[in-house]
Amino acid sequence: MFTIGPIGFTAPLILLGFLLLPVLWLLLRAVPPAPIRRRFPGVALLLGLQDDENETDKTPWWLLLLRMAALAAAIIGFAGPVLNPRAEQPGSGPLLILADGSWADAAGWARRIERMDALLEEAGADGRPVAVVMLADLPEGPLPFQGAEAWQRRLAGLQPTPWAPTPSPQWITALSDEGDFDTVWLSDGLARESRAPLLAALEAHGLVRVIESPRPVLGLGAVRFEEGEIAMDVLRSRAEGPLEVVIAAIGPDPAGVTRELARVEAGFEPGAESAEARFYLPAELRNRITRFAISGLRSAGAVQLADDALRRREVALIAGRADREGLDLLDPLHYLRKALEPSADLLEGGLDEILPANPDVIILADVAKLAPGEEEALREWVEKGGLLVRFAGPQLAASDVSRGAEDPLMPVRLRAGGRVVGGAMSWGTPKKLRPFAPESPFFGLDIPPDVEVSAQVLAEPDPTLSARVIASLADGTPLVTRKRIGRGQVVLFHVTANAEWSSLPLSRLFVEMLERLAVSARKGAPGAESLAGTEWRLEKRLDGFGELADAAEPIVVKGEVIATVEPGQEIPPGLYAGEDRSLAVNVLGEGAVLAPAAWPARIPVEGIAALRETGFKGAFLAAALALLLLDLLASLWLSGRLRGPRRGLAAGALFLGLCLGALAPAPAARAQEGAPPPPDDAEARAIAAAAKVTLAYVITGDSELDRLSEAGLLGLSDILYRRTSVEPGLPMGVDLERDELSLFPLLYWPISPSQPLPSKEAYAKLNEYLRRGGMILFDTRDGDLSGLGQSTPEGRKLQALALPLDIPPLEPVPEDHVLTRTFYLIQTFPGRYDRPIWAEAAPPDAEKVEGMPFRNLNDGVSPVIIGGNDWAGAWAVDRSGAPLLPVGRGYTGERQREMAYRFGVNLVMYVLTGNYKSDQVHVPALLERLGQ
Amino acid sequence: MSQASALLRRDAAELSARLPPLLAHAERLAATVLAGEHGRRRAGQGDEFWQYRPAHEGDEARHIDWRRSARSDAHFIRQKEWQAAQTVLFWVDDARAMDFTSSPDLPAKRERAQLLAMAAASLLLRGGERVGLLGAPFPPRMGEHQLTPLAAALLSQDERGEYGAPVMDGLGANTNVVMISDFLGDPAPFEAALSQAASRGVRGALLQILDPQEEAFPFEGRTIFESMGGVLSHETKKAGNLRARYLERLAARKALLADLAARSGWQYLCHHTDAPASAALLWLYGALERRR
Repeated sequence: MFTIGPIGFTAPLILLGFLLLPVLWLLLRAVPPAPIRRRFPGVALLLGLQDDENETDKTPWWLLLLRMAALAAAIIGFAGPVLNPRAEQPGSGPLLILADGSWADAAGWARRIERMDALLEEAGADGRPVAVVMLADLPEGPLPFQGAEAWQRRLAGLQPTPWAPTPSPQWITALSDEGDFDTVWLSDGLARESRAPLLAALEAHGLVRVIESPRPVLGLGAVRFEEGEIAMDVLRSRAEGPLEVVIAAIGPDPAGVTRELARVEAGFEPGAESAEARFYLPAELRNRITRFAISGLRSAGAVQLADDALRRREVALIAGRADREGLDLLDPLHYLRKALEPSADLLEGGLDEILPANPDVIILADVAKLAPGEEEALREWVEKGGLLVRFAGPQLAASDVSRGAEDPLMPVRLRAGGRVVGGAMSWGTPKKLRPFAPESPFFGLDIPPDVEVSAQVLAEPDPTLSARVIASLADGTPLVTRKRIGRGQVVLFHVTANAEWSSLPLSRLFVEMLERLAVSARKGAPGAESLAGTEWRLEKRLDGFGELADAAEPIVVKGEVIATVEPGQEIPPGLYAGEDRSLAVNVLGEGAVLAPAAWPARIPVEGIAALRETGFKGAFLAAALALLLLDLLASLWLSGRLRGPRRGLAAGALFLGLCLGALAPAPAARAQEGAPPPPDDAEARAIAAAAKVTLAYVITGDSELDRLSEAGLLGLSDILYRRTSVEPGLPMGVDLERDELSLFPLLYWPISPSQPLPSKEAYAKLNEYLRRGGMILFDTRDGDLSGLGQSTPEGRKLQALALPLDIPPLEPVPEDHVLTRTFYLIQTFPGRYDRPIWAEAAPPDAEKVEGMPFRNLNDGVSPVIIGGNDWAGAWAVDRSGAPLLPVGRGYTGERQREMAYRFGVNLVMYVLTGNYKSDQVHVPALLERLGQ
Repeated sequence: MSQASALLRRDAAELSARLPPLLAHAERLAATVLAGEHGRRRAGQGDEFWQYRPAHEGDEARHIDWRRSARSDAHFIRQKEWQAAQTVLFWVDDARAMDFTSSPDLPAKRERAQLLAMAAASLLLRGGERVGLLGAPFPPRMGEHQLTPLAAALLSQDERGEYGAPVMDGLGANTNVVMISDFLGDPAPFEAALSQAASRGVRGALLQILDPQEEAFPFEGRTIFESMGGVLSHETKKAGNLRARYLERLAARKALLADLAARSGWQYLCHHTDAPASAALLWLYGALERRR
């Protein structure tokens, strides 16, 4: 074969065609381009015109060069150029191709297979018998020497295993029974103890070559928990220059689709063999994670499966007293519950019930004294690794717990009485928090500027105090202290768990602090003793490429074995399930190190990339074709066919050329992952409703009626805005099934005979709403023809609707009801009709105040007002503010509309201010006192 | 049924199918001009009062309006608005050269010429003039029913040469002639026609219709130019080099036409098919107004 440098030619004689090029040059220069025929009426004017120059347009030199280049490319192409023509390599006798086939091979598995294929091809050409053996999956019996073609067919079936190759010593000694053979060892690049004896055994049979990728092997170390963060080491086998890898946390999203939940970057310092990746994730996300993986690396070693260790913790809440029922915001446990609910399983109850459940954390909120037996049990639990979190409070401050001597279950001694540093009756201002010290578990948390502490219990100064403080106020007094007892710890917050003493429980910081504390209370890694006697069944199996699949064959392993034995053929890496726990067996365990394989100097080590024969025939011919195409376009352009009229034809050719250009493989577009969720509509609505006083109507499903209700409330809102200090927002329709009711002070509920009954849940919400001070204005819109309508369909519907509601006894609104004087003094409550309306009955013992025109009436606000006066109809205005429906006749009608508005104003005032105007009864008495 | 009659019927059907669009199009175009162009605005024979003018020497005494003259010292003559019907004859070049169009988006020169002729005819007929075709078998007539035979005669295509030349037959006095052509062929017939017309006192307008390509000559490279019928051809090796001289000749041809028109008291305009037809129609209408 004729070769020039690394390029050889299969048909070198064709290269003589280059001699033709100069001839062609002359020929092409001599022939002018063909003329175009054009129809053109102006030709009559052209007749007789002579060309200036006799010579025709010559083919320009660059076009000639283009054509020459095309021809040259064609000649070279047909001559069959080949890069790296295969030189004959010596070798005879059987050949053993030994591959590690471990997880470390998986990342470059395709290239290894390719390399093996090249080796087999060579061996086949030389007629050598070959055996292909994967060390991680050893064949039974003697080495399977076969023809190279047979192996080539089976090559595609080889898969890397997710464990390290550990050939048994027996297998190595059995090698000595074989005859002579040469060995090519495709190493995965990691150091192993078994390599040296195996290498010695192989060298006894013949030459050994090693093929190894120079790239470092990357692996993901075991997952650790550090101060509420998830940390893991990324390992590499060769400490080289800086390297950035991306670690992805993968798990099911809320829809159940497995996807990347979070990603962090870990950067190797130059020369470092490991880098740390830290995830700080909300508990909800952390609970979802099923595995961590190095992004873009297909290898079992680049995957860490997650098991129970990431699960929610059990937290027990115990409060000192629960005497003020119904006042959620004052409940000492309310904020704890809110903060912990998303991230932990909460237990509540007495200490004696909770301790046997062995929770991870027990929180005592303002609990001063414990029964002696309980205290002992609690202490035992803490010593075994429990985390006890205590909150101060009035009871603790008032008690003498940990006063003289330190209580075993308190981190510090306390001073009597605590102190108040800010508030109505003290000179000091509320104290801010001091930034957390580096040794504090809270170190790194942002302190919101609005967190203030106005009262606290104070610690007695003590030699050990400073070591126990993990958070303090700006003036240095401790806010959170901690003491370790045995394997557990006691943490004391020197403030209450509710917002009475500080605004800490209202802030994000509170949640983060609790999370740091609760998460750092994780149980340690399972040891052999803790797993003793258990049985684990393989559920999901990890393959060499790091993909999880359901385990095909049932594998049951004893707990002791799992804890001690390295993963291998007997214990394949994957997820194992126990009774109610799950356990992940990962390729790389705690303390794993990736060391590069060291080979003796006598062994030749080659890179993995095979120098294969590369034919360039196709490339050259394609280049020739492309050049000819260019020539075509250039010729067209030169002859004016691309520029003048009839461009259309030429544009077609140009398009063809562009198409050929576009055939080059385009980089695959990366799919957009993790599109942001749509903005929460309900939340925006709630914010809009809560931002201003918002009148609301119940959506009945009758669109005409709903429009009228909206227009009515719009009209009333307008009047309120103009006449009173109430400035309502735009009225809203309320869907009883879905919408939050507590945001609206008043619900207008027009009755339509066709509307469906609300569901049970909606009724529950309505009752809750009425109980918490909401008001519903029922409007049958029928003029109340028969007194709380028995006969009209609306009246019957109202009865059906109101039956499940928690409505007190009613009476027609008496003339001295607060409703008659909250803003205007009115006696009737007209809408488009003018009939009496009904409200909650006054208690029978309400007495008329002496000398006053009204009684000291019920101390509450009526939860319902019922009538049939079609108020919305009277209030309704269109966009320009003009009334929509007529009321009555002429001036009297307009007067009635005005009265309807006045009723609306009074009603809203009644809802917003309650019985404030009832206090008018006391005005004479107050005036009398002031006068003295 | 003979084949000839079948062919004739087919042609007739095709013709009648094309007539209404041409008529409609022409009417629409005419409507853009009609507004604001009322009256003759000239003194002459008619019923409507036009103006009083001071009496000159030679005016007959019976023409003097005594009532008007009595209000002043001078004598006045009462003139009527000119309302005599005139004859306008159109000649639309139907040679093959007129079929040329450089782009499918532009109308052929012939189409534009026919459209303008029909629109002008429509306007004139509404104004009460007699309209006819030069060399047509039917005489010029008044009334809008004349439009249909006009259109039919314009659309008929027989015995077409490469370039057209007018036949100046049957021209009487008080006749206007409108010639619409590209005037790219031999100018001699036009010179003859115009001198003949001038000698008979016939006035008129020359409307040259050119395709934008004929105006720009955007050609390059080795080219053989052929006339539309393929009779004439000219080969050049570098079309780009001819451009300047071609444009020179075109300008010379335009100048010749303008000169011819000026000498015989005619009007001349060069119109391009990519320009709106209404502008040309307006000019044409104005040109005829001025002549009368």
